[in-house]
Amino acid sequence: MSNFTGIRGRVWFKALTGQEKSMPGDLSSVLATDVSIGDENARFLCVVPDPDSRFPCARHGEVGLEQAYTLAARIREVIAADRSGKKRPIIAIVDVKSQAYGRREEIAGIHLAAAEAADAYATARFAGHPLITLIVGQAISGGFLTHGYQANRLLAFADDDVLIHAMHKEPAARITRRTVAQLEELAKSVTPLSYNIRDYAKLGLLYRLLPVSNLEAPSPEEISLVRNAIVEAIADTRKGPTDLRNRFESADAQIARKATRLIRARLAEQWNQ
Amino acid sequence: MSSAISSREYLQRRSFIELDARTRAKSLFDSRTDRELAGPFDRIESPWLPLQGVTPQADDGCIVMRGTIGGRQAVVIAFDGAFQGGGIGEVSGAKLTSALDLACRDSQEGKPTSAVLLLETGGVRLQEANLGLAAVAEIISSIIALRQYAPVISVIAGPIGCFGGMSLAAGVSSYIVMTPEGRLGLNGPEVIEEESGVEEFDASDRSLIWSIYGGQQRYNQGLVDVLVDDDANQMIETVRDLIAQGIPEVHRSQQVDLYRSRITALDTSTQWDPAVVLWSAASLARPTGRDQRPTDDKKEHHQ
Amino acid sequence: MEQFEFNYPAKRKIPKRAHVGVVGSGDLEVLLEPIDSPTASVRIRTSVDGFKTTWKAVLDRFFGRYDGAVHIEINDAGATPGAVSLRLQQAVEASES
Repeated sequence: MSNFTGIRGRVWFKALTGQEKSMPGDLSSVLATDVSIGDENARFLCVVPDPDSRFPCARHGEVGLEQAYTLAARIREVIAADRSGKKRPIIAIVDVKSQAYGRREEIAGIHLAAAEAADAYATARFAGHPLITLIVGQAISGGFLTHGYQANRLLAFADDDVLIHAMHKEPAARITRRTVAQLEELAKSVTPLSYNIRDYAKLGLLYRLLPVSNLEAPSPEEISLVRNAIVEAIADTRKGPTDLRNRFESADAQIARKATRLIRARLAEQWNQ
Repeated sequence: MSSAISSREYLQRRSFIELDARTRAKSLFDSRTDRELAGPFDRIESPWLPLQGVTPQADDGCIVMRGTIGGRQAVVIAFDGAFQGGGIGEVSGAKLTSALDLACRDSQEGKPTSAVLLLETGGVRLQEANLGLAAVAEIISSIIALRQYAPVISVIAGPIGCFGGMSLAAGVSSYIVMTPEGRLGLNGPEVIEEESGVEEFDASDRSLIWSIYGGQQRYNQGLVDVLVDDDANQMIETVRDLIAQGIPEVHRSQQVDLYRSRITALDTSTQWDPAVVLWSAASLARPTGRDQRPTDDKKEHHQ
Repeated sequence: MEQFEFNYPAKRKIPKRAHVGVVGSGDLEVLLEPIDSPTASVRIRTSVDGFKTTWKAVLDRFFGRYDGAVHIEINDAGATPGAVSLRLQQAVEASES
C-alpha cells in the first residue's frame, strides 16, 4: 500500500477543490488553493509525490525541506492576509509516507524546515484560523508533525489503508527488537502501538472517523459526506479554544489518556504549593 | 573555547554533561529556590511499558522543577537520556506540555515564567508510538503558546542529542543552546542508513556524523544561538542571561523567507560535504544581536 | 519483566526518603521511604527474568546489616548484584544525611 502514497492526497484534493495544482512559483509537490466550503472560502493544502524533485530523498510523497518551507509560506500568507478580517479555515489533506530521510536534508537543517511548517500551522490556529486535517492515506512521524498534526480537528477515513503512526511497522519492530508478528500481537493490547485506524480512534485524538471506502475513486456521496464533516468541524472549532486540549479532554481520551490527565492534574495541584 | 585556556582552568571546570538529569536541572536555579513537581515519589509512570515487559521509571525519565533563575520565575524540564534514550512517552510528554501550559497561564496573568528544556532525546519512544507522537505535537503547540509571553530555551548538551520530533520542539524555541558535544537533527544517521541506504549515509562514519549534527556545525550554520563549552558554570550563566534577555524580536522558525531562500540557493545535483553548507556569515540574520557566543573573558555576552 | 516482594524485620526509624539511580541499561532505580511499622518491605521489578534467588541473596545480605523501617522499591534494568548493593548503600546514605 505504501507504493500508492500520495495518490489519494491528489484524488481528495481534486475531489474537494475541483483542482489539482500548485500556486504560482511553488513546487509541484505542494498543492494549494482557495475554494469555498460551506459558506466561506478556505485554503486547502496537500503534499503529493514529485518523482522529479531535485532532492532525491523527497520524491515519493515524503515531506522534505522544500515542501515544508512551501507549506510554511502558504500558511503565513493566509495569516497575514486575514490579520484584520475573518480568519479563513485551513484544510490540510494528508497522505505522507514520512519526512525525507536524506543526508542533504540533515545538512541543511530539515528539523528547522519542519519546525517552520508546524510553527505556521500552530500560529494560524492560535490566531483563530480553524485548522482541519483530513487524513486520507498515511500520516507518519515527522511528515505528519510537519503537515497536519497541529490541527484543531483531525478527521480520518475508516479504512485499513489509512495509517497514522510514529514509524512504519518493519523498522519499528527492528528498533524495539521484536518481530513484526510480535509487534502485531502486542498492539492488540497496547493501543498506541496499533497500526489500525480504528484503534487510533480509541486514543481520543480524532474528531471523527469517516465511513469512506472508495479512497482512490470516491463517489459523489462520499465527497459530500466528507465536505459536510469538514464544515461541521470548522463550526465546532470556532466554538472552542484555540489550543489542543480537546485531544486529552475528549470522551475517548478520558479512558485512553488517563496518565496524561493524571500528570496534568498533579502538576496543576503542585504548581503553587 | 575562543581562546586557549590554561590547564588549571580546565581542571577547575565542572562538566555539565556528566551531571545526571535531576542535578542538571537543579544546578540552573538560584540557590534553594528549586522545587521538583510530580517527582519519583508521585509514581506517575508509563502505563504502557509494563504491558510490554519493560521496567518503567518512577518519574518516566522527565524531571520538572520550578524556582527562580537570576531572580525570575522559571520552570526547567529535563529529560533523562539514560532511561529509554530520553524517548518521549505519554507521561514524560504530558509532563513537558503541562509545565509549559502552567507557565503560559502564569505568564498571561502577569507573572512571566520562562521554560528551559534540557533535551537528551531520540524523539518519540517507540513503545508508546502514537501517544508519543501525539505528545510531541502538543509540546510544539505549547512551546509556541508560551513563547509569546516568556522565552523558551532549549539546551542540547550531551551526546544523545536531540532528534526525531523533538528536533521540531527545539526548532520552535526562542533560543537553542548547544555544547560541541551535543547533536541536533530530525533523522539520526542509523535511520537514514536504514531508510535510504548506506550510500546516502554511512552511520558508522563518526566524523561525518559530527560534521553534520554537532553543536559547532549547527552554531556555524546559524541554527543555534549560543555555543558553550561543557562547563556547568558557563551553562548556568548562559541560561540566566537568555532568561534575562527575554523574548526575541522574531523567533527563528518564523523566518520563512530567510531560511527558505538558503535552501533554494543550494545545488542538489551532487551529494554534499557538510562544510560547504555553512552559508556565508553575511547571510546569517541576527536581528536581535543575540547570536553571540560567550567568551571566558567577556561576561556581558547577549546584550 | 518479573516482580517480587520480600519482607525483613526492622528496628530503627529513619529520617527521610531517598531516590537514587536510573532505569538505564545495567543500572537500577531505588526509592526508599520511611514507614511506621517495625518491618522493611522491598518490591522489585526487573527486566531480566529468572534471578529471584540472586535478588533474595543480595537483599538478605543487605538487611543483615541494615535495620531501617523502610519501604523500598527497585526498578531494575539488568544491574549486577554489585551495582544493586551500591545503589542500596547510596539510598541509605541519602536517607540518613
